[in-house]
Amino acid sequence: MAWLHTWSGLVVGWVLFFVFVTGTAGYFNSEITRWMQPELPLHQSAPQDNGKLATIAMDRLQAVAPNAEFWSITLPHRSQVFRRWEEFSISWETMPREGHEHGVFGSEILDPGNGDQVSTVDPRETGGGDALYVMHYALHYIDRQLAFKLVGICTMIMLVSLITGIITHKKIFKDFFTLRLGKGQRSWLDAHNVIGVMALPFFLMITYSGLVFFGLTYMPAGVATIYGTDDKATERYFDDLFDDHSHEAITRPRAPVPEMIAKAEAAWGEGQVRSVFIQHDGGEKPRVDIGRVRGGQVRVFDAEIMRFHAHTGEPLPLDPPDGLTLKTNESLRALHEGRFAEPWLRWLYFIAGLLGCGMIGTGLVLWTVKRRRNHEATGGHFGLRLVEALNVATIAGLSAGVAAYFLANRLLPVEMADRAEWEMHILFLVWGEALIYAFFRCSDLKGCRKAWVELLWLASAAFALLPVVNALTTDKHLLNTVAAGDWVLAGFDLTMLALGLTFGYMAIKVKRIWLKKAAQKVETNHTALMGETA
Amino acid sequence: MMAWLNGAAHYRWMVASRVLAAVVGGYTLTSAATVLLALVWPLPQAEAVAAATMLSFALYTVVILWIFAVKRLRTLWLGLVITTAFCAGLSWLLLPGGTA
Repeated sequence: MAWLHTWSGLVVGWVLFFVFVTGTAGYFNSEITRWMQPELPLHQSAPQDNGKLATIAMDRLQAVAPNAEFWSITLPHRSQVFRRWEEFSISWETMPREGHEHGVFGSEILDPGNGDQVSTVDPRETGGGDALYVMHYALHYIDRQLAFKLVGICTMIMLVSLITGIITHKKIFKDFFTLRLGKGQRSWLDAHNVIGVMALPFFLMITYSGLVFFGLTYMPAGVATIYGTDDKATERYFDDLFDDHSHEAITRPRAPVPEMIAKAEAAWGEGQVRSVFIQHDGGEKPRVDIGRVRGGQVRVFDAEIMRFHAHTGEPLPLDPPDGLTLKTNESLRALHEGRFAEPWLRWLYFIAGLLGCGMIGTGLVLWTVKRRRNHEATGGHFGLRLVEALNVATIAGLSAGVAAYFLANRLLPVEMADRAEWEMHILFLVWGEALIYAFFRCSDLKGCRKAWVELLWLASAAFALLPVVNALTTDKHLLNTVAAGDWVLAGFDLTMLALGLTFGYMAIKVKRIWLKKAAQKVETNHTALMGETA
Repeated sequence: MMAWLNGAAHYRWMVASRVLAAVVGGYTLTSAATVLLALVWPLPQAEAVAAATMLSFALYTVVILWIFAVKRLRTLWLGLVITTAFCAGLSWLLLPGGTA
């Protein structure tokens, strides 16, 4: 099993490292996006009359979407799920035309004062944190469906790697307390084991739930055999699974919606009402769902609701809860996304993600350290050189690329065409340059060691410069953000500074170890010479 | 499991055939087992499909481990073919359009 662990880990290591870096950043996607749009003002919540807002919203909906399948009103609130302030907004879907499956979807952000449509501040064009987050399953520059499959294959191989890794380390408990520092290959192995075991439950969860996310893409056999392989097969399956309703066109509720909101507020507390949803399932009573602010549970989209008859106002019973299979599926996906996680738990997710990068990184390095000695005598080997170069370029170079992505957000001209695309091009340009550089540098062991130190310094400088460049180009810098107590923006700058210091520390450490090794080698040679002459 | 690793060319051939067995044979077996599981799981049809699909990745992992742990290639391929045929045949009988 050790053999399978080594090789399955190696072949997908770099893709997995990329997936872990971008996915880990994704746990702070909203926060990153906010940093990348410095034009947006700080939000302040003002006292609001939700009942009045609902009436304003329904007036507007009646004007823009008279023949609708549903009306949805979002009342202004702080969203735990998206970790940002949600504006007062409406959305709707028109009744589908003859022969169509769906109607037309529309949405508007409204002014809480008078219900006019709001033109929001236009921030700079940016991919934000979401562009990073999406890459962890859709990659970049290639077809999405192909990317899902490639990432799926890598994830499946990672699952095999994890299980064979556990089998290989039979003394898993003892290994966890073993860390022999400064002992070359032993130390790399210990580090790999300690990191691997420390966040093992997270790795198993994140890998398996990642596969479940695209379950039907990766394992289509069940649906294909039972529901067929035609275009509509998946739709039939989902209709069957979710007990799909037909809908009747809704009319404006005749019962007072503000009273329903007041009832919900009385039960849940002030500021706990998130939304109003109006729909009429075929053959059922027309209903108004008052939704509670999401949070406080793992399946975060399954927040509490209160249901009323749209025209009489009498309370209506809720749908029966989902079956165990659906609950399991949703829970796995919710654990993967971690949207339920409050700030402290979110940081744990982030750290677990970084540990994932660490486990993959140490594993990749371990592969080369084990083989270096054999090839040192024979004078290099193409495979080893390639792996060494990919390791340096991905572990240090990709990290520098992510920092360059953020730098590009501040330094590219604000009015530039295709600005968001260029932010991303810069990430890949830095990574690609690092790979070319590392490959030429790694022609011998000494050059490769230098490439490690140099690229680690590059990553260190790129991260450490971010708060500085931010201060020079915007007014949302540390002095202002800390003073205003805006810990999202300040937290970003501080995290970048910490990453800069970490990479700098790694550069110093790597250089020191190799200088020591080189000195030992000279000494041994010297002693050997002395022995000969004596 | 290391008994089958000796001689460079032999070694490469062994690795290639195990990888092939895991990618093609292992995946086919897992697919067939998933279908069978979806048909026999006592849940509403769609839910049974969802449950079997969710479980299929654990199944595939076990199948891959077995493929790399079996000593003889013949046992490996015979095992794959027989279990796949068993799952596929039983599924065919259980399918609504089948003969049963």
